[in-house]
Order: sequence, then C-alpha cells, then structure tokens
Amino acid sequence: MPTSVHQLDDGAWLSVNDTRQINVSDLWWLARHDFCSCEMADFLAEGFVDIGVDYPNIEGRIAGQCIECGESGVTDWLTLGRVVDPEAGRFFGVDPGSVHVPVRRRRLALPDE
Amino acid sequence: MPSKVEGWKDEVYGTDVREHLYRFAEEGWNAIPEDERDAWFERFKWWGLYHQRKGQESYFMMRIGTPNGRLTPEQLRVVGEIADEYARGPVENPEFGGAYCDWTTRQSIQLHWIQLQDVPEIFEKLEANDLSTIQACGDSWRNIVGSPVAGRDAKEHLDAWPVIQELHETFKGNDDYANLPRKWKVAVTGDTRGSGQAEINDLGFEPASKEIDGEERKGFNVTVGGGLSRKEPRFARDIDVFVTPEEVPEVAGGVSALFRDHGDREDRFNARIKFLVDEWGPEKLRRVLQEDYVEFELRSAGDGLREEYTYNAGRNDEIGDYVGVHEQTDGNYFVGLSVLVGRMGAEDVIELADLAEAYGSEMIGLTQRQNVIVADIAEEDLDDFLSEDVLEYYSPDPHPFLRGSIACTGTEFCSLSIVETKNRMVRYARWLKDNVELPDGIDDFHIHLSGCTASCAQPQIADISLRGMKTRKDGEPVEAFDIGLGGGLGENPQFADWVEMRVAADEVPGYIRNLLRIYDEASDGKESFREFIDRHDEDELNGLAEPEETSYEDPYLGNTKMTWYPYAEETEMDASPTPSPADD
Repeated sequence: MPTSVHQLDDGAWLSVNDTRQINVSDLWWLARHDFCSCEMADFLAEGFVDIGVDYPNIEGRIAGQCIECGESGVTDWLTLGRVVDPEAGRFFGVDPGSVHVPVRRRRLALPDE
Repeated sequence: MPSKVEGWKDEVYGTDVREHLYRFAEEGWNAIPEDERDAWFERFKWWGLYHQRKGQESYFMMRIGTPNGRLTPEQLRVVGEIADEYARGPVENPEFGGAYCDWTTRQSIQLHWIQLQDVPEIFEKLEANDLSTIQACGDSWRNIVGSPVAGRDAKEHLDAWPVIQELHETFKGNDDYANLPRKWKVAVTGDTRGSGQAEINDLGFEPASKEIDGEERKGFNVTVGGGLSRKEPRFARDIDVFVTPEEVPEVAGGVSALFRDHGDREDRFNARIKFLVDEWGPEKLRRVLQEDYVEFELRSAGDGLREEYTYNAGRNDEIGDYVGVHEQTDGNYFVGLSVLVGRMGAEDVIELADLAEAYGSEMIGLTQRQNVIVADIAEEDLDDFLSEDVLEYYSPDPHPFLRGSIACTGTEFCSLSIVETKNRMVRYARWLKDNVELPDGIDDFHIHLSGCTASCAQPQIADISLRGMKTRKDGEPVEAFDIGLGGGLGENPQFADWVEMRVAADEVPGYIRNLLRIYDEASDGKESFREFIDRHDEDELNGLAEPEETSYEDPYLGNTKMTWYPYAEETEMDASPTPSPADD
C-alpha cells in the first residue's frame, strides 16, 4: 500500500499512515549543516513545514531554532524515519537526540503537501 | 494544488460531519478506521472537538463557543455539570483537581478528556440550553469576541450585542461560509475600553463615528488581517471603511467570502488573511470587496476611539479589564472576578452559577483576559455578594500578579506546545506575589505565558511576554522561555520586544524580580511599566535584568512533552492508559 505522510495541527506532528509519529519540541543535533554557524546545531523542532518520501526514508523540513546561538529558520531535508516495507506500513523513527545531517532538496516534495 | 486538509474537507465538512461523529460515538473509538483518523480528527474540529496530544489517544478537547463570552447563569451551571460528569481523565491535575473548565482568550470554554461516546449526550445537554460547539475550531467563523457586558457597560459608544447576535446567527451553520481556507476570527467592539481586541483578529469592527448626510452616526471602522500566530504577528490593517450597525452583516459576509475565494488553499501556513493583506495591501482588498462582494458604496473610515481604550492598554490611570465592581447603565452592578490562568474547578463553576442566580443575575461574562463577570447585582445586595466565600479565591480585587496572568493550555493537552504552562503560571504568580514588590501605584501588570509560537495566550501583547522554548542546563535539556517586554494594545498598539532568549523556566521569576527592582528604582508611581519599557531602546533592554535561580521551584523543568501526562505518577509514554478502555 502507498505510505501516507503528512504534517498536521499546524505542523505539530508528523503523521505516517495516519499515526502520530514525531512531535515538535524535541531537540535535534544537526551536523554538517548550514542552518547556523554552530558546528553542531542544537535544534529545537517547533513545526513540521514540509514532509516527503524518498523510499524508504520519510523526510521533512522543520521550522525551529538552534538553542545554542538562537538562529531560527527552516532546516534542509532531514531523515525522520523509515518505512522499509510499505505493505506492512510500520514506521521506524530516528532518535532526535542522535546526530543528523540535513541535505538540500534532491527532489520535489509530495505534490499534495 | 490544494493541501491534503482541503481534500479531506472536500469529501465531508461542516454540518455533515455531525452524523459521522454520532456514528463513531455509537460504534466506539475503534470504529474510526486507522487510516482515516487524521482526516476525521481534522473534520471533528468543525464541531469543536480537538484530539488531544500523543499519549492521550481517544480523548478530546471540546470547545464551546459563547459569543462575546456571554452566558446565563443556567448555561454556566450546565457547563459546570457537563465538566463534572464528562471532563474527567485518568489522572487529576494537582492544582485544579479532576474536572475543570478553561475560559479562553477568545471568550470560549474548553473542556478536556472528553470521549467520543459521550458526545451525543453532551451535545443534547448543550443544545437544550442554547449552547453549541459548532465551528468552535476548524476552518470557518469562530467564536465572535467583544464586550461581554455590551448593553450594560457605562463605558460604551454603542451596544454591539444585537450586531454580534445577528452575525452569530447568520454565519454559524451557514454552508456558504462553512469551509474557509483557514480559521476566521472576528471581533466586534462597541465599548470605549477596546475590549474586543480587534487589532489581533482577522476581521475587526471597532467603535467609530461619522457624519452621514449631516447627521453624526455611530458605527464601526473595519480592520482586516490581524493575528499573532507563528512568528508573524500582524496588527489588523485599516481598510478605510466605516459601517453602520445595520451594514455590518453585509460587509462581514463580504470580507469572509473574499477570504473564502482568494485565500491560499495550497499552503496552510500562508492561509490566514493576514498574508493576503500583506500581498494585496489594504487598498486592493477594499477595492475587491467593493467591486465583487458589497452592493452599497463603502464609506471612508470614521473617527475611531482608540485614544480612549483602556483594555490591555498599558495605562496607569485606568484598567479596563472588567475586574472589580462596576456600575451598569441600569443602576445595577457587574462584578469582574479574577480567575488565575482562566481555569475554574467544575464545582466552583456550579457554585458560582447558583450564586449568580440567587442574586438575580441574568448574565455571566467571560473575558479575553480569562476572567469571569457576574452582572446585574443590585446595589443593596453588593456587600453580601462580595462577601460570599467563592469570591475569596476568585477575587474582584486580586493582587496584580494574579490579576494579570494569562496562560494557554500547554503540554498538558496540546500537540504544539513546547512547555508546561497553566500550572507553571500559577506557581509563578504565587511566587511573585509572595516575593516581589510592584512599585506603589501599579495595580496592573500583565504576564502572558504561551507554550509555543501559536500564541494562544497572546504573548506579544503583554508587559512580560513568555513564549515556550528549550535550553540546556548543566548539559541537560530543560523547558525555557523567550522573554519579551512592553507589548500591549490601546491607542498605540505594539508587540513586545524579545529581549532575553532561552531562559530556563526556573530562572524566569528571578528575572522578573530583578527587572521590577530596576523599574521600581526608576518609577515615580505614575509611569506604567509599558511606558518605562518604551523609553528604553533595544540595546538598553537587552541585558537590562539578569535571569536568576531563586527560592522558586519548578517541578516541570524536564521535558513534559515526553510524558503522556505531566502530572501522572508514571509519566512515561509507555505508561499511558489510553486509548480509554471505555471505548475499546
């Protein structure tokens, strides 16, 4: 079955196959990023802005700010988790507290997002 | 391409959602197909039901829209009884107990822990008493705000209540306006206090006068495109239109139809009309309104009354917030009671309703400062009323820190919030009352605490603005606040300057104490806090006072969003008892 992903409630959370998976308000460590000048951005997720699928990854751009330097804005694309088997539909989320590397847009977001 | 939400709305929305809601109530929580839950939760909002956050599956917040925040004592009792019977969760709140009502900053009522199977019964009780949850959330006409004591208040330019009633009756349940690109917030103010806070609404009608055919007419100036959400606050823009009370429905319908037809349905973050006004400018909006949506020729704006506004106006000479005893135009009195953070226990709500009825009151009011008003108290009964027990806690003469504190829902129930809010604000206010002196002559001091940038507690328009954040303390993430200063409405509305960022929540009371010491030293007793802040430039404000740990203790410093409920004994998400067994 196709994997359904979207943000809801004003970007409060990422939904995968209509199940709430990742909330705002977590801190994400970002490395090799250009979000701010910090070597490692200590990024507070305040809202999911774009959500997309690049099989098997679920990706998103998140609005928020680095709590180290105060820079705010929207991240490049971050891997938020994976749906390895679309038939089963089970989502494996990443751990926000581990280190993440945002990447620039490689393809269009889902047309309906 | 329209957003996913627009697709769901195209399938079922508006009044049609109700039959599905009843079907799910009958069949139970599990009858909602898992792959349709997001769609149905989005639709349920139109009927005032908002699914609570992660860890609280199957429980809903229910919002009841009360135009102008106006109820009868009987209606208030019904709300209290519904809260007592249905708004009980698996765990009590340590400050507020097991059942309570929230008075919101848009003069509505919120109940929590509502379960689907109870919705038909609750709707029946509400509607038998002329109350409703219709369009309390969702993309349509929300609760219309304004002065609860319209028609009774001596400080009134004109009585706006008949206008508000007509708007409410015209635009609730009206298919032509049921599906807008986004929420639609309307304020209509006829008083001279500015209590409608039209400046922060999508559509505002503010009191004004204009000479028409040689006759001075009372009516309203029209503003469009205000709002505080995200980090994109806007004051509503003046579109240079004056309307008489009779013309309000046509113009209100015209502007909301314009929004329906021209608002952005592709990007919900860009959908509010404030962004359309940014794009078009007020002149184009007025032109399109005139050409396509209004039959009569629009007049230019009249003379407004903003210089008289006292509601959240940062003035030291008069506080327009309704708290205290005020004479009505009919010789009776209304008494405004302070409700700290707008939350009142269900038993207290019922007791207040009984009391109001016993004293012959015909009207209860909810204000945008989250307080409650009991109207129509006869002069000879005033002393007795004021000595009633329930007024000891819900005081008509509260300490300024209790009077001026507002908080949103926070991580207790809300998906968006980053921090715990209401219980923390209660603790802040009590600590400040016990430990911090305000300069002599300062009776009004506003602290608005909002859990995130959605700004439901209107943080940008307070003396002290607190907006939920995170920081690290000793390497560990803790809940924190960005602190803003000097915001407010009135003659010259202004948003707060954000001067101190990412202050750990347990250091905020110390910051406020240190700042007020500086204010006290500089104060002559006449200058309001907002005026004091206003005469400092941004550089001076940054670092003006230092955050500091004090005797204040914060039990919610950790990540309350990681819990299923912040006040449970076992707070871990895995310990959540939801979905409710009653629905399985």
